[in-house]
Order: sequence, then structure tokens, then C-alpha cells
Amino acid sequence: MSNVLTNLKPRNTNQGGDGRALVELRNMTLRFAKQTVLNEISLSIPRGQSLAIIGESGCGKTMLLKIVAGLIRPTTGQICFDGTDINALSDVEMTKLRRKFGFVFQNAALFDSMTIGQNVAFPLVQHSLASGREIDQMVFDGLAEVGLPETVIPKRPSQLSGGMRKRVGIARALVLHPELMLYDEPTTGLDPIMSDVINELMISTGKNKGVTSIIVTHDMKSAKKIADRIVMLYPYSRLKPGESQVLFDGTPDELDAVKDKRVHQFVEGEAGERLMEMRRESAEGMDGGFSETPMHADTVAAKDHEKRKRTGQRPE
Amino acid sequence: MREPTFFEAIFEWVSTWGELTIDAMTTLGDMAIFAWQTLVWMVTAKPCKGTIMPNFYYVGVLSLPVVALTGTFIGMVLAVQSVEQFREIGLESRLGGVINMSLVRELGPVLAATMLSGRVGSAMAAVLGTMRVTEQIDALVSMGANPIHYLVVPRFLACLLLIPALTIMADFMGIVGGYFFSTVVLDIDHYQYLNNSRSFVRGWDFFLGIFKSFFFGAIIAIVSCYRGFHCQPGAEGVGRAATAAFVISFVLILAVDLMLNIFLDAFYAAVWGSSLKLI
Repeated sequence: MSNVLTNLKPRNTNQGGDGRALVELRNMTLRFAKQTVLNEISLSIPRGQSLAIIGESGCGKTMLLKIVAGLIRPTTGQICFDGTDINALSDVEMTKLRRKFGFVFQNAALFDSMTIGQNVAFPLVQHSLASGREIDQMVFDGLAEVGLPETVIPKRPSQLSGGMRKRVGIARALVLHPELMLYDEPTTGLDPIMSDVINELMISTGKNKGVTSIIVTHDMKSAKKIADRIVMLYPYSRLKPGESQVLFDGTPDELDAVKDKRVHQFVEGEAGERLMEMRRESAEGMDGGFSETPMHADTVAAKDHEKRKRTGQRPE
Repeated sequence: MREPTFFEAIFEWVSTWGELTIDAMTTLGDMAIFAWQTLVWMVTAKPCKGTIMPNFYYVGVLSLPVVALTGTFIGMVLAVQSVEQFREIGLESRLGGVINMSLVRELGPVLAATMLSGRVGSAMAAVLGTMRVTEQIDALVSMGANPIHYLVVPRFLACLLLIPALTIMADFMGIVGGYFFSTVVLDIDHYQYLNNSRSFVRGWDFFLGIFKSFFFGAIIAIVSCYRGFHCQPGAEGVGRAATAAFVISFVLILAVDLMLNIFLDAFYAAVWGSSLKLI
């Protein structure tokens, strides 16, 4: 077990990977005005590894994922993809690099104005990687891979169930054969069977294609099933001075043996003292880390990112 | 709780207004950069495939009935409003000149733009706001598309090119509506009405109205897309973005209209050296 309460150096936990780091976060910090979302996070993710990031709502998991995808710039620190610092890249270089990423959004984020076929074909058209019949065939193959029939191609996203939309989102992310897949709460809101279907898809993508995966999830069953390695983040506002935001970094087996009460409570899904803490914080007028919903943080982050981009501001 | 002292109250007032001013200036600067980026993308890259026609159809074709109806009523209302005053001074035969001059210079472009900022601008802000809230804009970026190029440029082009076309439609329908109402209902002589219209309304007046509508189109597109891109989360956020898009567009349309009128009239006087000769 590796409980890294004080270790801030990049870890190189090689479970399931081939040893070479595909993604490396170095002392990465993200702040919005006076609010610190992520503080001095350092992680090294080897090629081929499936890493699950777990933690309470509002602890910055989704922000971390969006930073890796280059959708948000961190306030300080470096993010390296295959040895390249992505914050140092120009827009054109970043666009090229994004071909190597596949992002599955929490609610699939399919384009309402397009059909399912057009949604899956979008990255191919955008990067001009195929044309005409080739695209049709790749869309058909991509949907078949996630277990969806040809009949969904002319439908609109609103005509599909939540599970089907998630699978279309995965098909769209996989159509460019990415090296890195980023999943934002892929099983949230799905029934247990559909959750397992998505889990199996993620496992087969990782194992059969050798794709490196980062999965943000609350679903412990999924995390233990699909991940080679689990990292648990804790809300920065509730850490003791000097503590690392990474409460746990190890294999799923090691997670069960961890002594830290906060990790144990999260894994077992027990409110415990947290309920009393929240009531006390509410009475004292504190936000308890819940006042800013992840979506709101996301909007603020996107705005902040756009401003930085427009003004050419780089991380400090 | 202790009452604030006089100086504390003054400090609080200055601080609140200072914060509001800084926010307003930041938003204005932000919007200017947004507009600049849109222009740069528009001239440096071809519009994305499949984005132009749906936007042109929505802005142009679907707005046609409502703009035509607005124009017709403006013409008729102008006739009703002006006829009594002109009759009192015995100048009802000059009604055509007044109605058509007001229409093509001012009311046609401004009211058509107002109608379109409500119909088109609010819808744009709501669509883009929903895309922001449901992470569709992030999805675009993650797949290598630039959201300004993909989403804003086609909408900007549609508003820039089609709002002037719709203004011509509003002018035409207003002229027709005013003519029929004046001659059929108010019993003004056909010949006098048309003759006065022809002698008072100059090509410059048409040009002025159409020229202004290019600016109105650009304002509607930029403000609406900007508000959509900076939408707050949830249904309330999308609703606010749509409302703000309309209100800000409307205020800017009126402000820009005033400035352009002053500038263009001064330009006309400097080049041709004559003033308006309405009566």
C-alpha cells in the first residue's frame, strides 16, 4: 500500500503499464480566484495503464481530467504527454495532439443538432482523416464495437437511452484510435447491467488495444473492476496543513487494506462523521466543499481558460 | 450588529461601484476580443462544412414572415400617427414622404433588428448556452475543432449578410403597408402620395438604413454568441443568457444607431453639403 500523505514527487506506479510514462503531472495546481481546487498534484501514468481517480464531489477530479485533455490550463505546474509539455504547445500543435486523446464526457455531450452517425464521424471529418464511404464504414464499425446496431445511425441523441448515448460517446472517442482515453464518470446514472456493459467496454479498450485510460468515477465497483491503479483525491479545503491532496495511490487490492479513515469511509460509502461535519459547517455558514457544483466549477474554469488563452497568458 | 460609520458607508459605496465598473469594462474588453477572434477566423479559414446553410436558413428564411409582418405594421402605424398632425397644417398630401423617409432611414432597420435580436439572438444564446452547460463546446474542443470557427463564424455570417436583406424586406413591406393604409383607409390621393415619396426619399436614405443594418447584424451575432459561450450552469443560466443577449443587443443597437446617424449625416453634409429637405 502506498499512502502518499506527504510524498509530492511524481509517482511511477507501473501496475498494468509498460513502465514509460505517457502522462505526467508535475506539481500541478489549479486555482479560481482565491479558491484552490487542486494543489501540487504529481502523478505519472505509464503507457497502457488504467488509472481510476476517485474522490468526493467537488474535489477536482473532473478538473484534473480536463487539464490532462488540455481543456483547462493549470495555474501552475506541468502536464506532459509522451514527454511533451502540452501547455507549451501552440493551438495548431495542440489540435494535432488531440487526435491522440479520446474524451468520454459525463453525459456523453453528443451534439443535439447532429445524427448519431454524424456525431461519430465528427472527429474524422474535423481532422480530414477519411472521406465518403470510408467514414460510413468507420462509423458502422465503431458503433458495432460498442454493441450498437446500424439502425441508430440516422437517429438523434434525444431518441436514445442514457446507456446508448454513453456508448455512442465511447464510439466517438474511439474512432480516431486514441492513445489515451479519458472517461468522466462513465457509469453515473446507468442501471447496474448497463454500468457493467460500459465497464467491459472500457476493459476491452484498454486490454485489447493497449489504450491508456484515466477514469474519473464515484462507482467503487467499477473502479475496482476496471482499474490497474486507483488514486483518491480529497477536497483541498478540508485537508490538514501540509497534507497531500492524494490520499491514496495504489492497486485496487491495496485499497481494501488502507488505514486512513477518510479513504475507508469513501470506499465503503459511509457518511460517518462527515454528516456531522457538514451539519456543523452548514450551521457555521461554511460551504463544506459543496457550494460549488462540479458543473459550475467547470464553467468558471472554461471562462478562466478562455481568458488566459485570449490574453496569451501562460501558467505562472 | 454595529451600524457602519459615514466613511465606512462611503468606502462600501465606492467599492461596490468600482467592482461593477471593473466587471463591465472586463466584459466589454472580453467581448471585443471575442469579436476580433471571430473576424480573424472568418477571414483566415473557410467556414466549417455543413454549418453555413442551416444557420442561413434559420436566420434568413424562417425570419422572413415575422419581419414582413413587422414592416407592414410599422408602415400602417406611421400613417395613423402622422395623418392628424399633417391634416391640421394642410400637408396630408406629403404623408408619403414622411412615412417612407422614417421607414427606410430609421424604423425599418431598427425595428427589424430589434425583432431579430429577440427571435434570432435569444435563440442563439440559448443554443450555445445549452451547448456550454452540457459540455458540447468542450467536446468540440476535445475533438480538435475551434468553437469560434465552428459555432460563431457561421452565425456571424448569417446575421451580417441576411439582416440587411431582411431589412430591405421590412422596408418594402412598410412602404406597401403605409401606401395602402394611407390611400385606402385614410383617403389620401395616390398620385400625391407616390409623388411626394419619390421627391423626398433619396438613395442616400436607403443606403443609410441598409448600411446601419450591417452593424446591427454584427451586434446581434457577437452579443448573442458571447452570452451563450459565457452561460452560467442550469436552466436559469441559459434563460439569463437568452434574456441578456436580447437586452444588451437592443441597447447597443440604439446606441450604435445614434452614433452612425450623427456620423453619416455629418459625412453627407461634408461631401454633398446639403441638409434634409423634408418640408
